[in-house]
Amino acid sequence: MAKGKDRHTELGLKEEDLIEMYRYMLTARFCDERQWGLNRMGKAPFVVPVSGHEAAQVGSAWAFERGKDVFCPYYRDLALVLVAGFTPKDVFLGLFGKADDPSSGGRQMPAHWGSSRHNIVTGSSPIATQVLHAAGVALAKKLKKEDAVVGTWFGEGGTSEGDWHGAMNMAGIHKLPLVFVCENNQYAISVHESKQVAGRVFERAKGYGMPGYEGDGNDVLESYRLTKDAVDRARAGEGPTLLELRTYRFYSHTSDDDDRTYRTKEEVEEAKRRDPIPAFETYLKTVDVLDDDKIAQMREETKTLVSEGAKEAEEADWPDPSTATRHVYADLEVE
Amino acid sequence: MAGNGAATEKNVVQTIHDTLFEEMKRDDRVVVLGEDVGARGGVFRVTHGFLKEFGEDRVIDTPLDECLIAGVAIGLAVDGLRPVAEFQFADFIFPGFNQIVQEAARFRYRSNGDFGLPLVMRAPYGGGVHGALYHSQSIEAFFAHVPGLKVVAPSTPHDAKGMLLQAMDDPDPVLYLEHKKTYRLIKGEVPEERYTIPFGKADIKREGNDVTCVAYGLMLHHCLEAASRLAGDGIEVEVIDLRSLYPLDMDTVLESVGKTSKVMIVYEDNKFLGLGAEVAAQVAEKAMFDLDGPIVRIGGPHVPAMPYSPSLERWFLPDVDRIEQEMRKLAEF
Repeated sequence: MAKGKDRHTELGLKEEDLIEMYRYMLTARFCDERQWGLNRMGKAPFVVPVSGHEAAQVGSAWAFERGKDVFCPYYRDLALVLVAGFTPKDVFLGLFGKADDPSSGGRQMPAHWGSSRHNIVTGSSPIATQVLHAAGVALAKKLKKEDAVVGTWFGEGGTSEGDWHGAMNMAGIHKLPLVFVCENNQYAISVHESKQVAGRVFERAKGYGMPGYEGDGNDVLESYRLTKDAVDRARAGEGPTLLELRTYRFYSHTSDDDDRTYRTKEEVEEAKRRDPIPAFETYLKTVDVLDDDKIAQMREETKTLVSEGAKEAEEADWPDPSTATRHVYADLEVE
Repeated sequence: MAGNGAATEKNVVQTIHDTLFEEMKRDDRVVVLGEDVGARGGVFRVTHGFLKEFGEDRVIDTPLDECLIAGVAIGLAVDGLRPVAEFQFADFIFPGFNQIVQEAARFRYRSNGDFGLPLVMRAPYGGGVHGALYHSQSIEAFFAHVPGLKVVAPSTPHDAKGMLLQAMDDPDPVLYLEHKKTYRLIKGEVPEERYTIPFGKADIKREGNDVTCVAYGLMLHHCLEAASRLAGDGIEVEVIDLRSLYPLDMDTVLESVGKTSKVMIVYEDNKFLGLGAEVAAQVAEKAMFDLDGPIVRIGGPHVPAMPYSPSLERWFLPDVDRIEQEMRKLAEF
């Protein structure tokens, strides 16, 4: 194979970065496949799939500084929280609802991420509420003159909520160190983008006094490049950015949804031809970072790690019902 | 309560202003945000002079978006600041309902204690100010229903200060309700030193052995007046100011009922499913055999909100005459 054009060096990415990014994408994909398997076996009542979004999530998350920057994700962001610090075992502890689930100790549905240790702000099910929290954290960072940046992620459906518009407005007015990342997969459960968004998501940025860009969310380097520029601008005090990373989800919205009722098999198959993982493998091979043997080896290693994480989580303890009244308040007992 | 005895007479709104001002001077993590809190100093003047003293970073005029006010305040608290959010009128808090109830109230529980939100939400509420449907509402029942929130409604300047400081020290979200009619009507001695009043402690504002009368907000003052009228006839009413609606101090209520055997609850919120319903239910559950008369509730009528015209507003609000009449009836039962 002829050596392809190097796109990563000018982005400041080293070979080790590429390999790690690839590993996170694989980990997310294999976690997803395993959670669907567990769902079919009746061991996991509820699954929120990530497959298809790995490049958008890993590429955008990679632009942030872990330990300093703050993440306000949404439920689709399995790959993103892996980059932020979750392990596969953490993911499966949440999937089963085990006591050591770092997000909620088994209180929330799976994929409602949160961990103060990893600077991931606890999330909920109502759509786009986290976007306002991100604006509040970003305002705090600005008032305290810290150079941390906040990232918040959502689907194109989330851009319909008032919370989203309020956060965009606040961020624009106060030039907050905040990056808005829309993972546009064209469907909010069943409702197509054409019935969800008047105009284009990224063009809404103009109305809120900030730049907006769209990019190929199936391309991890493109996702990284756009987000890195936005994070750099935010850190330099130049304000927020709205990014629209276009991608596709390969499975239904959740395990309780059936996507055959609103999109064709042909459309899904067509989208899978733009699967971000094989696309990145091709790139890694053409720039001689990995070869087929190394890729096969990494796939095996990652699969094993995911399986081990799932197994450990499955064997972990359930939460004790006697703890269910804890943490309603810091200082009050409830009945 | 006062340590060195120094105290000043003030009304409720001046007390809230001064308390917040002093606390912002004391703790630079405190920021206020809301509509018109900056240049205008708040439509009720609670943040008058704040912008000049503390600057735009700590006195934040927000866009006209109550959902934003609640959501941004949550984010500020997540990152270690001590936000005090003002909802200009309680009637307008509802665009923020989702953020307050689904987010603020559930942050600690849903993260298994990993996140907590020290967050104060101030909201002027209540009627009798010619505010009609959308500037008169009592909103406490919606929020007191939600585990994870604390809801308080002080009625006097003394309590307004101690409970505001308690709210600002509290590790969890507190909805701090300020009855608009009491703002300038009710005056009292306010100690100059810093003090807090723990939540979940009702206050017996008048002692008596014949009837227990439970109230808060403007109605507390109506009840006190009615009780003093009855005292002339030898009927002694014990008037309890709940102050804290959640946590609710039923011990004080039950102890009083044990003494008087008669209880009435007065509130201007809709009678149906209001605070009085909870107090009445708990009295029935826990003190049934202490009772020597029916549990009486006086509450707002079941119309969507308070109408404007003076005659209609008077019709809506429980007044001293009506409360006196019901008190007398219960005492003589």
